[in-house]
Amino acid sequence: MVTLVRIGIPRALLYYHYFPLWETFWRNLGVEIEVSPPTNKQILDLGVEAAVPEACLPVKVYYGHILTLAQKVDYLFVPRLISSQKGTYICPKFMGLPDMLKHCGYNIPAIIAPTLNARHGKKAWERSHLQAAEELGFNRRLTQFAWQQAQRELASYHKELQAGRTPVDILYQRQPPKPTSRHTLLLLGHPYNIFDEFVSMNLINRLYHRGYQVVTPEMLPPKLVEKEAARLPKHLFWSLGRLLVGTANYYLQEKSIAGIVHVVSFGCGPDSLVGELLERRAKKLAHVPFLLLTLDEHTGEGGLITRLEAFLDMIEWRHVS
Amino acid sequence: MKVTFPHMGYLYVPLRAFFSQLGIEVVVPPPISQDTINLGTRYSPEFACLPLKINIGNFLQAAELGADTVVMAGGIGPCRFGYYAQVQKEILADLGIHLDMIVLEPPQGHWRQLFRGLKSLAANAGPVTVYRAGALAWAKLKVLDKLAKNQFVIRAREKVRGSTTQTWRIILDLVDQADSVQAVYIAAEQGQKLFDRIVLEPHRDVLKVGLVGEIYTLLEPAVNLEIERLLGEMGVEVVQSVYLSNWVMTNLVLHTFHLRNDGEHYQLAAPYLGSFVGGHGLETISTTIFYARSGLDGVIHLAPLTCMPEIVAKSILPQVSVDEDIPVLTFMLDEHSAEAGIQTRLEAFYELLKTRKQRGHKNNIKQIKNESTILGRKSIIESLSWH
Ligand code: SF4
Ligand code: SF4
Repeated sequence: MVTLVRIGIPRALLYYHYFPLWETFWRNLGVEIEVSPPTNKQILDLGVEAAVPEACLPVKVYYGHILTLAQKVDYLFVPRLISSQKGTYICPKFMGLPDMLKHCGYNIPAIIAPTLNARHGKKAWERSHLQAAEELGFNRRLTQFAWQQAQRELASYHKELQAGRTPVDILYQRQPPKPTSRHTLLLLGHPYNIFDEFVSMNLINRLYHRGYQVVTPEMLPPKLVEKEAARLPKHLFWSLGRLLVGTANYYLQEKSIAGIVHVVSFGCGPDSLVGELLERRAKKLAHVPFLLLTLDEHTGEGGLITRLEAFLDMIEWRHVS
Repeated sequence: MKVTFPHMGYLYVPLRAFFSQLGIEVVVPPPISQDTINLGTRYSPEFACLPLKINIGNFLQAAELGADTVVMAGGIGPCRFGYYAQVQKEILADLGIHLDMIVLEPPQGHWRQLFRGLKSLAANAGPVTVYRAGALAWAKLKVLDKLAKNQFVIRAREKVRGSTTQTWRIILDLVDQADSVQAVYIAAEQGQKLFDRIVLEPHRDVLKVGLVGEIYTLLEPAVNLEIERLLGEMGVEVVQSVYLSNWVMTNLVLHTFHLRNDGEHYQLAAPYLGSFVGGHGLETISTTIFYARSGLDGVIHLAPLTCMPEIVAKSILPQVSVDEDIPVLTFMLDEHSAEAGIQTRLEAFYELLKTRKQRGHKNNIKQIKNESTILGRKSIIESLSWH
C-alpha cells in the first residue's frame, strides 16, 4: 500500500464541470483531497500577483487557488483540458495551463496533469488518469475500479444538471429560492465566471433575490445544444463557445425567457468573437433584452449592480406596458 | 470581380501577382496607417485581437476604392483566426458594406478543399494559368524573403542611417512590378546590387537579436512600429523567426500532403510546454531556446495584447530566459501602442545586452535567481530588462 498522499484540486475553471469525476476517482483510491476554499480577495490578489498581467481573470483566479493549495498538499491536480468533443478545443490557455503553473516561478508541489483530448478518443482521458494514479503507486485493478465509480458519478451529476439544477446547487447541496416572478432569465457565461460567487459578485443570487427563475447553459441536453450550435455558418471550434451559442439560439427561438445576461471575462479570446456574434444576433432576431457584463480584477461591484438593476427594471417595465 | 485581401507585411506583392495572373482585378488596400487602425478599431469588438481589427480597416478602405470581394484564409482553431472571416462578415454586413468573402480554409489533409476555394475565384482559368500564377507569386515571395534577410544584416552596419530602408522600398517596388518569373529573378539581382552599394561600417560591433511571437505582429511593420528598422538603426542585426515562404510551405503545402514536421519544435519546447497551444505559442518557446543556444544576444517577443497562445508563451518565457541565460523582452501590442514607448524600452534592452556582451556575460542571471526565492522570475526579468 502506498503512503497516504494529499492532492489539491483548485475550485476554479472547469471544477464546475468535472469535480465529481475527480473527487470520486481520487477518494476511491484512498487519496486525501484538499479543495481550495471559494474564491476570496486574498486568492484573487495572489493570482493577480503571480500570473502575467495580460491573462484573463479566470486564469489569474486559478493561479490564486493553486498558490493557496501549494503549502498544504503533496500534489496539485491541474488537468490539461484540450478538447472535450471532437473538432473542438476548450481554449489555448487551458491547453498550456499545467506548463504555465509549473514555470510560474513559485515553489509549488508537483503537478498531476492528465490530458483530455477528444482527438485521441475517450479512452485516452481514462488512460491518462490511470497512468497518473499508477505513477503514484496504485495498482491497475484499483485504479480501474475507481475510474468506473468516477464515471458513474459524473454521469449522474450531468443528469442532475440537465434536470435544471446548477453546479453550485448540486456541489454545495443548496436549493434556490422559489421564484416569485413569472419571468425566467438566461444567465450565459463560462461556468467559472457565473458560478464563482466572488468573481461574479454574487450575480446569480442577486437574480434569485429579485424573484427570477434562472436558467444556465449546463441545463440543456448536449444534443440540443449541438443541434442549435450547428446552425452557425461555420463549425465553431470552441467547446464552451458552442455551449453558449447553442443555448442562446435555443432560448431565442423558444421565446420563453425575458432577458439574457451574458458574463464575459475582460480579454477572453473566444468570447471576444462568440460574444460579438451572440449580441448581434440577439439584437436582430428576437428583441430579447441583452446585458453584457465584463469582469476583470478592477470591476467595481457598485457599477455592476447599478447596470444589473437598471436592466432588470427595464425588463419589468417592458412587461407592464 | 475586384478582389482585395488583408495586409500583412509584403504579402501584397505575391498576392497582387497571383490574382492579376488569373485575370482578376485587384484592389490592394492602402498601406496600414493610423486611419486604418482607427477605422478598424471603431467597428470591431473591443477585445478582438488586433489583426482582426486592422483587417476590418483594410477592408473598409479597399471597399472605398471599389473592391467587392475579400479573399482571406480560414482556420480550424484553437485560435481566433479561424473565425475571423465569420465575424468580419457580420460586422461589414451590419455596416451595410457588401463585400463577398472567399475564405480559403486550410486543407485538413484534403488538397481538394483548398482547390475548391481557389476554383470559385478563377472559374475560367485553366490549370496552366493557375499554375503560372502560383509560380510567379511563389518566386516573388522567395526572393523577397531572401532579400529581407539580407536587409537585416546590412541595416545593422549601414554608415548612413536610413539608407537600407530606402533601398528596401525600391526593391519592393522592383519585385512588385516584375511580371514573369524571369523578371522576378532579374529584379532580385538588381535589388541585391542596390544593397551591395550601401556603404557599410564592416567592423561595427553589432548585437544579434531574434524576433519571436505571433506572425502578424512579427511581419507587419505598421503594427510592430517598425521594430526591425528601429533595432537595425541601433546597430542590432535582427534574426526573424517567421518568413512568409516558410509559413506557406508548412501550413499549406506540407500540411496538405501530411508532410508537416513540427517534431523539432515540440522536442525543444517539451521541457517547458507539453502541448500545442494554437498560433505560434509553441514556436515562440522552441525558437527562443534555439536562439539562446545559437549564441544570439537576446530575444524580443511580439504579440497582440490579448493573444491567447502568446499569453501562454509569455507565462513560460521567464523560466526559459533564466535556464537558457538569454534576456527576453516582450511587447504586447494594441491599437494604442506608440513608437515612443517602444523606443525607450528598446534602448534600455540594448544597453543591457551590450553590457552583458562586454562583460563576457553569462552568470549574472543565475546570481539574481539565487537571491530571489519565491517572487522569482518576474523580478528577474524586470531587473534584466531595466538595469
Ligand atoms: S475561455 Fe476565455 S475566460 Fe476562459 S480561459 Fe480562455 S480566454 Fe480565459
Ligand atoms: S494567434 Fe493571437 S492574434 Fe492571432 S488569432 Fe490567435 S489570438 Fe488572435
